[in-house]
Amino acid sequence: MASPETKDPAIALRSTSYWLPGGTVLVDSLSLEIPAGVTLVLLGRSGSGKTTTLKLMNRLLEPTSGDLFIEGKPVRAWDPIRLRRRMGYAIQDVGLFPHYTVERNIGLLPAVERWPAARIRERVRELLALVGLDASLAGRFPRELSGGQRQRVGVARALALDPPVLLMDEPFGALDPLTRAELQGEFARLQKRLGKTVVLVTHDLREAMLLGSQIALLEAGHLAGLYLPDDFQRTRDPLALAYRQAFSAPEGGPSQPQPRGLGDSA
Amino acid sequence: MNLLDYLLAHPREVLTLTLEHIWLAGISVGIAILVGLPLGVAIARRPALSRAVLGVVNSVHVVPSLALFGFLFAVPWIGERAPRMAILALSLYALLPILRNVCAGILGVDHAVVDAGRGLGLTDGQLLRRVELPLALGVIVAGIRVAVVLAIGIATIAAAIGAGGLGELIFRGLAMVNNSLIFAGALPAALLALVVDLSLGWMEGHLRERV
Repeated sequence: MASPETKDPAIALRSTSYWLPGGTVLVDSLSLEIPAGVTLVLLGRSGSGKTTTLKLMNRLLEPTSGDLFIEGKPVRAWDPIRLRRRMGYAIQDVGLFPHYTVERNIGLLPAVERWPAARIRERVRELLALVGLDASLAGRFPRELSGGQRQRVGVARALALDPPVLLMDEPFGALDPLTRAELQGEFARLQKRLGKTVVLVTHDLREAMLLGSQIALLEAGHLAGLYLPDDFQRTRDPLALAYRQAFSAPEGGPSQPQPRGLGDSA
Repeated sequence: MNLLDYLLAHPREVLTLTLEHIWLAGISVGIAILVGLPLGVAIARRPALSRAVLGVVNSVHVVPSLALFGFLFAVPWIGERAPRMAILALSLYALLPILRNVCAGILGVDHAVVDAGRGLGLTDGQLLRRVELPLALGVIVAGIRVAVVLAIGIATIAAAIGAGGLGELIFRGLAMVNNSLIFAGALPAALLALVVDLSLGWMEGHLRERV
């Protein structure tokens, strides 16, 4: 209950459920607390409710029952636009605006917030450097970038207003394994520096282990377990075990080309 | 006899009627855009409404244009003046391609892009102005192109109710069994449609290229 320092968790779910009008339950009475500064990974297979859970956090979807608190305030009490601008949002397909240059993509939210032009330009340079992109790319259009560069721009855009929270939905999912590993490593370092609260959706166990300070294992819309990364390696829980097996099997094998099931097979 | 006889003998009349024709078609498409753009945006967000509205607008195309001009005689203020009737009828015809393409253009914008925009905290209005409309513009222009060509073609029939335009020469030529008179009306109308179609097509190509 009331802890000595009454700091509210950045995000708290209390028996949060979401079901479709037809009755299909996507998120089933989920309870979770995400303290500020933590990187929580939502790990689960396709259809386990990870993305839905993420969309409940920034009010892209409204909980059908139960409640959800952002910084201690019920999510329904937040103005959705204000709320979303306090939560950066990066998704697998990136969704860069194809008719805008890199600079305008990253600077869109600051522009909408009516920052002066000089400040926006400066912020864009700063963010490009932060995500490891050359400033010369600012004038390019998304179609002129590689997949990895696009993802970096997506992360930079999500950070534009310096939001305390970052929501990421398989941000590295559509990349080749090498570029993905590179970006994961860089993001881990970036996260240490920025200290944001991050909620990251993935079905990649390696990504979860590398980036997560906590791992929430989801299955069929409910929480199957909440682990620290080290605990996840030790637990005897059958579902966690299945994950470890699925990800360790190919590693020891001979160097044959392996089928890649880690991509986007929604 | 030479087909261009009349054209060359009466350049002033042909020019006046051509301008009248452009005016009829232009005003009508303008009205159709003013109505079709907001209505198309509105129905793009409501699938149930979209079916109903497109159904009603589509039904106008079932009525033969000559009959539609005839019906409008009965409408109070509109029926008093031929150009009013012509403009209303042409606007109704031009509305469908515009409405359909505005709706299809907005629904055709990549979902990831719209999702990202909404998730980042753009309001509905900002999303529409900065993302959806610019990305749908190529498809919208394609609809306007169809509407303009349609309006230029059907406007020739407006002469039957005395609304003027190049149709006058055509109807007069038909009555007098005078081929050069018919061509003096038909040729400029066809050229007009062709020129507008090509220039809007060029514009559409450029707009789509950006996306």
